[in-house]
Amino acid sequence: MKLYLRYFIIHLKSIMQYKTSFLLTALGQFLVSFNVFLGVYFMLHRFYRIKGFTFSEVLLCFSILLMGYTLAECFARGFDTFSSTISNGDFDRIMVRPRNVMLQVLGSKIEFTRVGRMLQAIVMFIYGIYKSQVDWNFNKIITVIFMIIGGAVLFTGIFIIYAAFCFFTIEGLEFMNIFIDGAREFGKYPVNIYGKRVLQIATFIVPYTLVQYYPLLYLLEKDAKDWYMFLPLLAVLFIIPCYLFWKVGIKHYKSTGS
Amino acid sequence: MKKYLSFFRLRFIYGLQYRAAALAGIATQFTWGMLEILLFKAFYEEGSGEFPMAFSALVSYIWLQQALLALFMTWFLENEIFDTIKNGNIAYELCRPVDVYNMWFTRSMANRLSKAVLRSMPILMIAIIMPEPYRLHIPKDFVSGIWFLITLILGYLVVVAFCMLIYISTFFTISPMGVRMVAISVVEFFSGSVVPLPFLPNKIRMVMELLPFASMQNVPLRIYSGDIAGIRIYEKAALQLFWLVILVVAGKLLTKKAAKKVVIQGG
Repeated sequence: MKLYLRYFIIHLKSIMQYKTSFLLTALGQFLVSFNVFLGVYFMLHRFYRIKGFTFSEVLLCFSILLMGYTLAECFARGFDTFSSTISNGDFDRIMVRPRNVMLQVLGSKIEFTRVGRMLQAIVMFIYGIYKSQVDWNFNKIITVIFMIIGGAVLFTGIFIIYAAFCFFTIEGLEFMNIFIDGAREFGKYPVNIYGKRVLQIATFIVPYTLVQYYPLLYLLEKDAKDWYMFLPLLAVLFIIPCYLFWKVGIKHYKSTGS
Repeated sequence: MKKYLSFFRLRFIYGLQYRAAALAGIATQFTWGMLEILLFKAFYEEGSGEFPMAFSALVSYIWLQQALLALFMTWFLENEIFDTIKNGNIAYELCRPVDVYNMWFTRSMANRLSKAVLRSMPILMIAIIMPEPYRLHIPKDFVSGIWFLITLILGYLVVVAFCMLIYISTFFTISPMGVRMVAISVVEFFSGSVVPLPFLPNKIRMVMELLPFASMQNVPLRIYSGDIAGIRIYEKAALQLFWLVILVVAGKLLTKKAAKKVVIQGG
């Protein structure tokens, strides 16, 4: 933990050396995800609601998922760019150091420019709270926190799988984008609107719905059981198979030699 | 002309080498298209607002959009070109007895086309045998099919011409990241790749339809699906041609201006 804190401070210091560049990139991040927001806005401007969800409710759903995703992308970026770590031989250097490998990969990159996207998620979240008629109580606030943490852990798990594939293929696999960018892109709406089949896949194969759809039902008091609020914690368990897969990958690792 | 043609062929064949990457791309784009269709289906079934396109037209729009993504995605820019400008290798390019603008134009065209050729066919083939409501329909008549092809080529050239402006802007700013991100996010939305333009409120749409961005994927895809028909086809095609000329002329002028005062940053 102490070591990670050191990494954190070093990355923060280095980014502050280029303040303008940092601000511009953060602004760019804001704009890019702003498009998705515009898409949702115009669609619901025309149709008013989708499968019983109103604009502000969709915004809540989208912003909470986006926060979880952004946290994961910010801190687990080292796994996202792992293919270059392997192909340029940096991973050999990591292996010989007497410290935890995963911690070092995590610390190899922290993407602070994602604050642009985070800011957007927070603005949407506040707007969503303001416009939707949710009676907030202690349990619901806890649920939101669970959802954000669960989302962050879930996406970190997917990043780890993505990185672990690199042990076998060297290259990053483009089809993994379905689970990363696709989940972010289509997770803007509650998963049930894509139909039953997609809902099942997103529950039992990769548990997106546990951090998105089901706890959202609890928040909005739409025909939800009380235990739905703890489902995001169940999703956290997803990291275990990811970790095991990573272990298998490391055993399989051969240096590229460069 | 001949040198550009052979350069085009070279880059095109080079691009065809990446077959494994294309396979992964096909899987991604197919899933993407399917989810997009399911999403619109939910809106369609909701039925609370009027649906501005026939559902089958929309399905065709989405499948073609995914299949031809490589022709129209503005964020598909070549880092090599940016690097050439940044690291000073542009000096060599300027020494060659070819026009830099034409050269890069040819190169972008070839890259996009090779990607699209590899990826589009499998996606279209699966989309055509999908069960109904998800099936890709063929155009209603032969004439609109022909116009689809013509406007497709025009739209593709407009995209390339627009991307050229982004490349050239690097001459003036050195750090292209800012311009790039802003330009891309604006275009993505205005060209109808986030939400097809007919779904936008009328007032906004009327303005957007006149902008160069609507001359990209918007026109051919809607002609194919029958959403644009009759006399409006000619109007749209003329508008595309107009923007193509404007963008190319602007690009050429800017390149000349940039080449005159270009400062090579070391080497």
